Amino acid sequence: MHELSIAMSIVELAEEELDRRGGQITAVHLKLGALSGVVKEALLSCYEMACENTPLQGSRLIIDEVSVVIYCPNCQAQRPLSSLQLFCCSECNTPCSEIVQGKELEVVALEIQECAPNPA
Amino acid sequence: MRPEPRLIEVRKNVLKQNDVVARGLRDRFHAAGVFVVSLVSSPGSGKTAFLEKTLTLLRPDYRVAALVGDLATENDAQRLARSQAPVKQITTGTLCHLEAAMVNSALEEERWDLNRLDFLFIENVGNLVCPSSYDLGEDLRLVLISVTEGEDKPLKYPTIFNSADIAIVTKLDLAEAVEFNWDAACKNIQAVRPGMPVFKLSAKTGEGMQEYLKFLATRLQELHQPAAI
Repeated sequence: MHELSIAMSIVELAEEELDRRGGQITAVHLKLGALSGVVKEALLSCYEMACENTPLQGSRLIIDEVSVVIYCPNCQAQRPLSSLQLFCCSECNTPCSEIVQGKELEVVALEIQECAPNPA
Repeated sequence: MRPEPRLIEVRKNVLKQNDVVARGLRDRFHAAGVFVVSLVSSPGSGKTAFLEKTLTLLRPDYRVAALVGDLATENDAQRLARSQAPVKQITTGTLCHLEAAMVNSALEEERWDLNRLDFLFIENVGNLVCPSSYDLGEDLRLVLISVTEGEDKPLKYPTIFNSADIAIVTKLDLAEAVEFNWDAACKNIQAVRPGMPVFKLSAKTGEGMQEYLKFLATRLQELHQPAAI
């Protein structure tokens, strides 16, 4: 289980952005590929842990799951992969080893609450 | 009233720190002309025995060294040291995988002269899940399964098979006893990673080792003399 170290990297990365921009992070948007080797549920619970005692405490992790798309050399086209247990073209059954998408592990956006201006 | 949160686009790879270190390692390895192989497998599939045999057989002709990752104990390093090759244990504590930074610091500690190595092997922690996400700067990732684990390991762990370059099926000397179905294993490997080279061998008897070592030698040669385009 390496989701805790992944969660800590996410928090670290968000903190770096926070240092540059200021404000408060309320949510982190993550793209998570089906071939990233990271389990969504485990990552979500580790995220909460990783946020404790950091400026991200209380923020949400919003995960956008990315399915696998392969390239079929026979059809010369991108095809969605129907099963991780069978890397072949959904149209012509040609074995396909080229992965076009599905390995993502990427912070794509942050929701930042600007600090409220001082009422005085 | 507090303003609505703003959505700021970032687009950053979560593992960028590891990737940066891995890229640095790969550049160093290539500049030194050392071919780097990492090994992943389940615990108990015979990674260390296989690596010991690999080091022993390569040593008369090549300069070899190995880094070996484990949660605890120096046992594997001691076993590998019997091959007479320089070996360094990396103990990860509770971490279930190696990261590029650990490889980097192990190399710094050992101060091996990479220019005087032909092959460097990196044995990952026994785990078929977590190591898949981490680039270690290797040229070749080798996934090892043993006949005693059954033929369907590739279907259960497609992600690690997809991150690897070659597959080794080992403990061939036990294949008959466990009624291992070679065709089914090959079919499963090709289903999750079409075109993947597969070698079957026994580290114990040495059967099949030569073919795999020849493959490594060819890859080393290609590193030194890139094919003309």
